[in-house]
Amino acid sequence: MFSWMLVSKAMAQAFQKLNPVSLVKNPVILIVGIGALMTTLIVLINGFEGQFSIFNFQIAIWLWFTVLFANFSEAIAEGRGKAQAESLRKNKTETIAVRLFKGKTEVIRATELKKGDTVICEAGTVIPADGEVIEGIATVDESAITGESAPVVRESGGDRSAVTGGTKVISDRVVIRITSEQGDTFIDRMIALVEGAKRQKTPNEIALTILLSGLTIIFLLAIITLPAFFQYSLNASGNPGGKNLPLPVLIALLVCLIPTTIGGLLSAIGISGMDRLLRKNVIATSGKAIEAAGDVDVLLLDKTGTITLGNRMATEFLPARGVSRELLAEAAQLSSLADETPEGRSVVILAKELFNLRARDIHEDNSTFIPFTAQSRMSGVDIRDRKGNIRHIRKGSADAIKKFIQNNDGFFPKEVSETIVNLARQGATPLVVAENDQVLGVIHLKDIVKGGIRQRFAQLRTMGIRTIMITGDNPLTAAAIAAEAGVDDFLAEAMPEHKLERIRLEQANGHLVGMIGDGTNDAPALAQADVGIAMNTGTQAAREASNMVDLDSNPTKLIEVVETGKQLLMTRGALTTFSIANDVAKYFAIIPAIATALYAGTSTKGPLSALNIMNLATPQSAILSAVIFNALIIIMLIPLAMKGVKYRPLHANTVLMRNLLVYGLGGLIVPFIGIKLIDLLLNF
Amino acid sequence: MQMMMNGVIQIALFIAILVILTPVLGRFLARVFMDENHILKPLLGWLERLIYRICGIAKEEEMSWKSFLSGLLIFNFFGFAIVFLLQVFQRQLPLNTQHLAAPSWHLSLNTAISFITNTNWQSYSGETTLSYLVQMLGLTVQNFVSAATGIAVLVALMRGLTRKTTSTLGNFWVDITRSIVYVLLPFSLVMAIFLVSQGVIQNFTPYVHATTLEGVQQVIPGGPAASQIAIKQLGTNGGGFFGVNSAHPFENPTPFTNFLEMLAILLIPAALTFTYGRFAGSNRQGWTLFIVMLLMFGAGLAVSMYSEFSLNHVLNIAGNMEGKETRFGVAGSVLWSVATSAASNGSVNAMHDSLSPLSGMIAMFNIMLGEVIFGGVGAGLYGMVIFVILTVFIAGLMVGRTPEYLGKKIEAFEVKMAIIAVLAPSFVILLFSAFASVTSTGLSSLNNAGPHGLSQILYAFSSAAGNNGSAFAGLNTNTVFYNLSLAIGMLIGRFGIIIPVLAIAGHMATKKVTPSSSGTFRTDNWLFAGLLIAVILIVGGLTFFPALALGPAAEHFLMNAANAF
Repeated sequence: MFSWMLVSKAMAQAFQKLNPVSLVKNPVILIVGIGALMTTLIVLINGFEGQFSIFNFQIAIWLWFTVLFANFSEAIAEGRGKAQAESLRKNKTETIAVRLFKGKTEVIRATELKKGDTVICEAGTVIPADGEVIEGIATVDESAITGESAPVVRESGGDRSAVTGGTKVISDRVVIRITSEQGDTFIDRMIALVEGAKRQKTPNEIALTILLSGLTIIFLLAIITLPAFFQYSLNASGNPGGKNLPLPVLIALLVCLIPTTIGGLLSAIGISGMDRLLRKNVIATSGKAIEAAGDVDVLLLDKTGTITLGNRMATEFLPARGVSRELLAEAAQLSSLADETPEGRSVVILAKELFNLRARDIHEDNSTFIPFTAQSRMSGVDIRDRKGNIRHIRKGSADAIKKFIQNNDGFFPKEVSETIVNLARQGATPLVVAENDQVLGVIHLKDIVKGGIRQRFAQLRTMGIRTIMITGDNPLTAAAIAAEAGVDDFLAEAMPEHKLERIRLEQANGHLVGMIGDGTNDAPALAQADVGIAMNTGTQAAREASNMVDLDSNPTKLIEVVETGKQLLMTRGALTTFSIANDVAKYFAIIPAIATALYAGTSTKGPLSALNIMNLATPQSAILSAVIFNALIIIMLIPLAMKGVKYRPLHANTVLMRNLLVYGLGGLIVPFIGIKLIDLLLNF
Repeated sequence: MQMMMNGVIQIALFIAILVILTPVLGRFLARVFMDENHILKPLLGWLERLIYRICGIAKEEEMSWKSFLSGLLIFNFFGFAIVFLLQVFQRQLPLNTQHLAAPSWHLSLNTAISFITNTNWQSYSGETTLSYLVQMLGLTVQNFVSAATGIAVLVALMRGLTRKTTSTLGNFWVDITRSIVYVLLPFSLVMAIFLVSQGVIQNFTPYVHATTLEGVQQVIPGGPAASQIAIKQLGTNGGGFFGVNSAHPFENPTPFTNFLEMLAILLIPAALTFTYGRFAGSNRQGWTLFIVMLLMFGAGLAVSMYSEFSLNHVLNIAGNMEGKETRFGVAGSVLWSVATSAASNGSVNAMHDSLSPLSGMIAMFNIMLGEVIFGGVGAGLYGMVIFVILTVFIAGLMVGRTPEYLGKKIEAFEVKMAIIAVLAPSFVILLFSAFASVTSTGLSSLNNAGPHGLSQILYAFSSAAGNNGSAFAGLNTNTVFYNLSLAIGMLIGRFGIIIPVLAIAGHMATKKVTPSSSGTFRTDNWLFAGLLIAVILIVGGLTFFPALALGPAAEHFLMNAANAF
């Protein structure tokens, strides 16, 4: 988990972070730092007076360790996050850009680019900054940020126009308009999220810091009033000249009681959360978004790619009455020859598999391919045979073919209509094939629901997350797929604006909505959603509107993001609970230790030594053990803070119960054992 | 042993009646504050309307939390001014049958603040210090309105927690009027009449001088006691008409009145938990808080009973009757001491100073926890909600969501306000006690040595900050230092909580409500009840652990070793 390089760097940084300016950000640890400084001064002053106290010295050392351990946890988390981000940054710092400026080109450094500049990228050059292709088409290697080696196509217009700084053009030439200021690209923003200087606390982190500061003030009150009560007790026990509590002991008690464990690990937890997300190839543009991801209780999921395998496949030919299956297959194959979509190809393949039909040579001069358009909603081919007759073969949606048939004065057979309805009810997509005025039959295009997705949705449901499938399919088809996949709800025949409406509706009912999208028309919905994840392949508009970008462009990622968010919050809660529960044992170590001599009379042990239930050897070793335990527990919990508490998709009550048993009850018991063990060691 | 059995039966009966009455009364209170029809509306509706007309209150006008608060502060300030001036001009005003002189300025100040804050700390003895007029017009009136203030704040909080995306919390004047007209006034009337029937006095006659059989001169005080006692119990005020409070036979003559007065302490605070559930739209939410209160109450009671009935190593007796009324016995006194300290009432029927160290500690601890175990009318529950918010925030994270309570997110602002509300009383108790325990100004009032003296000081400031009002006695607090420091303590303990509570209410009202699902952190089950108790004990308790260890705990261990001071 940690390389030696990282550890040694973090150790150095732990010392650098002793700088008051950086300590101030963490009130709990600041108090420990002040305590350590005061104790050290006391040790020094006593030393000069020839009364060096080895006990005070040990307290001072361990207080410094407490601060250093806390700093170290933050440093190592930063280090890991930065290492991940740094490798991305390296790609772009040395980049040069060819800028189009007043009609001329000039070569400048990428860092000098401004938003709105246009640059030219030829094959072999690195794209200097995030932008949008405004001219041309090119293949781009995005492996630098996605790790995916297959190059992708980027072209002007449409949904594939966005390019990311640091990626490499492999072929052709594109003109790119820069869409983000330097220092404001996604990678920069991500680096800022993990880098100490610019990191901002998230809302929940702020609230937790307030709580921890409040607890610190409460314990400060309890400790600064203690000498007065102690003096009273000395007077009352007939020993008014007795020694009151020395400052180092008071400081030790304070440090033990204030929530140093969570205080020390808080930023490490937050940074690691971002780091975990990064390891899943998701870039968050704010820490807030990760927290919101934990709160999301409605997920809008696109059917294609998330719930079903990307492409529908032809699985069956259903001929009309009087038409042979083979004839239908042949016509279907012909109409799909020029159809490069996966659906089209699957038709060709199916025909080949079933009837061994080969894609025959079709001479360009006697056949015309009709491409699919949004208006006609069908595709096909016109073939002129030797006699000069033209075969108009079409394939398309039922409505489109109906219109086509009517225009050719044919009629649409009733049993074909029935087949279509049946298919739709099963969640399949019917494509109708027609030749001239005759309907030949129906191709059964089937959506393949991803394996394991049903269980995934069931898990989400136990966690209280509702899934809504978004699809352009008609309601019948949508309902069937929804049932098969086990989603809670679906939005059929969805247009981009429907998504936005649905999100607003859910939000008005108090839900937090997460969605993943890519197209420009997804941008408003992405912006409206509480957690909007844009696919890296998506448009710049979509990426700007969202608060996370998924470099893998994997729609299922949304679920993982939600899990990461939840895990982050859980880790914070668990360690807070642990930290506070620890106080009970520390009280039982220190209070009897400081009060043991009170009201003792002639015996060596006063009445309050009855509270020494751990039977610690001496007052000094009791206090030292508590302080040492308090420092060591921070170091021991660093791996947990980085990994996060174990996450399981379970009902909230079960999760709470488990975490309470481990961190609540554990937090009560562990320090009793730990302090006792340290005490035994100290007196060995 | 028989005495103990008797006590256990009395306690069981007490709890049973409390559990039965909670939903009955709670439902009624909910109807009153949700402005639905209820049995007293046709009977007393005219009075409500009359008050609105006279005071020019626009019933439908909604207030933001800030205007709600400013109404409350203005109202309480006027209350303070009136009580203060009534005392200053006591000589000149009528119904002063004993021709009592005006109390000192600092005592008057302390008393005025004490009664407007629902504390009823008394650095004086009623029968030798205040005229009937001051008792009635000043103190009894404040007994009503300070209780009504507490209820109004709670009602505003309940609205804030349950309303969606609004900035208003209801109308302070309406809430305060309704709680007096429909709740406090009629209930007190019934109770006062019952008390009179049992022998509690209600007259304006001058004190009677009598010579006893032994030939000793005795002064027998009179006065309109029953009317004040009814509200002092029901409104968790606790300020006795007489110096010894409900240990006085004219305040609490029979075991029956004792039982009823004890019940009256907890009745409204308990019922309000049910009302809370009604507002939240889920009775379970209310019952959960009720159960938390009852469990903590029961635990305190058990420790106290155990401690009182176990062997005192100094005196070598068990079931010590020192400072307790023979009319009520040990159990009757212990139950009262736990109830009065848990409920921020502060009336006593035995001298808490004479309680065993542990039961004294329980009484003190109840107060230090912030008066949330039933607590003051309204005040107890809004204090409890503060702990609920902290619990939800700490533990709620563990289910992996931003913590929510009743569907609303707990964010930085709420946490900040909750922390202020927890800090305010701790600040008073610890700092003021620390000061008093090492300065001659503070120590000169003390008449006990040893750790018990520290307990007395701690108890006094806890009582002030918790707006409880009971005292350990043994500490003469009618000095400039104590009158002023306790007065400041009472103000901080009251408004240092009310202000953040209203701020939370106002802020929560503006939030959306997330529908609950299986991913929601449940706040209406046993698990949450247990968590809430743990947080109250840890956050509330750890603050005072060192002080308690040096006070009552030391005393307890010393007593076991047969040492006394």
